[in-house]
Amino acid sequence: MSARVLVGVKRVIDYAVKIRVKPDKTGVVTDGVKHSMNPFCEIAIEEAVRLKEKKLIKEVIAVSCGPQQSQETIRTALAMGADRGIHVDVSGKDYENLGPLQVSKILAALAKKEDVRLIILGKQAIDDDCNQTGQMTAALLDWPQGTFASQVDFQEDSLKVEREIDGGLETIKIKMPAVVTADLRLNEPRYATLPNIMKAKKKKIDTVKPSDLGVDLSSQLEVLSVEEPSQRQAGVKVETVEDLIKKLRDSGRI
Amino acid sequence: MLTLRRLLQVGQKGTRVWRRGCAGSPIPTDDIINGLTEEQMQLRQTIHRFCQEQLAPKAQAIDRDNEFKDMRNFWKKLGDLGVLGITAPVEFGGSGMGYLDHVIVVEEISRASAAVGLSYGAHSNLCVNQLVRNGSHAQKEKYLPKLLNGEYIGALAMSEPNSGSDVVSMKLRAVHKGDYYVLNGNKFWITNGPEADVLIVYAKTEPSAKPSSHGITAFIVEKGMPGFSTAQKLDKLGMRGSSTCELIFEDCKVPEKNMLGHLNKGVYVLMSGLDLERLVLSAGPLGIMQAVLDHSIPYMHVREAFGQKIGHFQLLQGKMADMYTRLSACRQYVYSVARACDRGHFSAKDCAGVILYAAESATQVALDGIQCLGGNGYINEYPMGRFLRDAKLYEIGAGTSEIRRLVIGRAFNAMFK
Repeated sequence: MSARVLVGVKRVIDYAVKIRVKPDKTGVVTDGVKHSMNPFCEIAIEEAVRLKEKKLIKEVIAVSCGPQQSQETIRTALAMGADRGIHVDVSGKDYENLGPLQVSKILAALAKKEDVRLIILGKQAIDDDCNQTGQMTAALLDWPQGTFASQVDFQEDSLKVEREIDGGLETIKIKMPAVVTADLRLNEPRYATLPNIMKAKKKKIDTVKPSDLGVDLSSQLEVLSVEEPSQRQAGVKVETVEDLIKKLRDSGRI
Repeated sequence: MLTLRRLLQVGQKGTRVWRRGCAGSPIPTDDIINGLTEEQMQLRQTIHRFCQEQLAPKAQAIDRDNEFKDMRNFWKKLGDLGVLGITAPVEFGGSGMGYLDHVIVVEEISRASAAVGLSYGAHSNLCVNQLVRNGSHAQKEKYLPKLLNGEYIGALAMSEPNSGSDVVSMKLRAVHKGDYYVLNGNKFWITNGPEADVLIVYAKTEPSAKPSSHGITAFIVEKGMPGFSTAQKLDKLGMRGSSTCELIFEDCKVPEKNMLGHLNKGVYVLMSGLDLERLVLSAGPLGIMQAVLDHSIPYMHVREAFGQKIGHFQLLQGKMADMYTRLSACRQYVYSVARACDRGHFSAKDCAGVILYAAESATQVALDGIQCLGGNGYINEYPMGRFLRDAKLYEIGAGTSEIRRLVIGRAFNAMFK
């Protein structure tokens, strides 16, 4: 009941938007493009809010790292039921270089500062598809991790986590404090209701700088080129199995 | 990045199956230009997602079958979202918000299904808002909570077979007998009539009053009151799935305490309510126009002719520009009048103006949308025809375009009396 939970919410290009690569191949077009909360982060928030509604935890803190607009994503989390927000202000060059390692350092520092017992994150973001932040955060804190969770049972001082792995489900028990990352089937996130959107207005969002947390954002990665996936070539229909095998042979596939 | 996105697009609750190139991704609404507050943007985002996931996939079937099978369940979900009583006070389960918020919700529902948007407007404005504005404390306590959580469906009945534009010539008679009023007559073209649990009904309590508008009184009628029944559902050109029917009153006994407002003062309830009805319903055409853009603009960037995407031809660039500017001009006018109402400034002239202009624009934009899709725009496998049929209603319902012009013209005439 006394536990405090930290949930990461990332602002990404909306899932329904058609992605365009910048002509200079340095990244994708983000200006004037609709952004929203990463769908896996929505699942993470939903899980935390449900724990709070079951009175298993005390407080849900939503954190987002990025420019001013990240506060909109935090507001969405607050409207879904998070108690307060932390906006880690990262902009310009630092924001371009912001990857899983930098975010993990920020989350680890916040976890200590806010005295949290559990961090819930999305398993990955739909923009960079890294799938690393949860794992790195657990490593930096030296906490156990339950990744790709499709079910989480909260017990006294531990968690039972059902994980989606190749070929089935794995159930593990981990001690708290811990890091959990949400998979697609963990829950179905709610829609924010009108009264809760209005209540979210009154909830507090603190803004901190990475330097306040003593985090160094330097990156060892350099993006060389971002390109569109190649166009899929039109297929051909074959009449018989023999034709198919012949085609495959001719093209050197078998 | 692309693989996972595609998976999410396909794997969404209520899988979308769309015709090629039609509604790949919706055309964004620029709410900074629209001058919305952060909460209003959040409201649009939530309702947009909810409607696109839960309603849009059913819209074609609702139109085809002229029936919204899942309506009661959908109403409960709207109740959970807190949007059935946006302008109702918090103490009765409402959200205590304004007309602009209401407009945004009508627009987003209509963007997915204009028929359901109309039913929602009839429930949340025509019925609920009239109760909020004119009901006694006891009446609000009795009816509002269930209307706001979606357990009840609401309607309002004004028109009669021989009394549409000239609404005060209505014939439905209410005679005082003891602590009851006995209603005899009928009402026609009543939105939500077949489903409604609670209806606001205008009747003549003093047929000899001069002028005739001074003998009208409003009543709250419940489904199941003896002597009240509904006739068959009407087969309409558009707005199919938003049920419309005739109401029949044969010695229907309505308790005296169900009088809404004062005896013989119903015309004030009616006319002031009509202004707000026109404002809120003008968001319907906005939603239809947005839906036309959502479906036609992506199509023009998939369909090719003469070796290029048809959207790159100047004639179709012109169509996109015309459709977009028509919608944008209408939207700014509607939102401005809604903001004025939220500040307590009600202008009958402008409430008539917004729906007059938005409705006629929507019909034009829907016609343009059909043209953009060519042969595909003309077949019912695509939704373009539905948009046109739905749009036309708004030139007729809530006062015809002719009556709206009359209201605006008379407002100017009054300045020179």
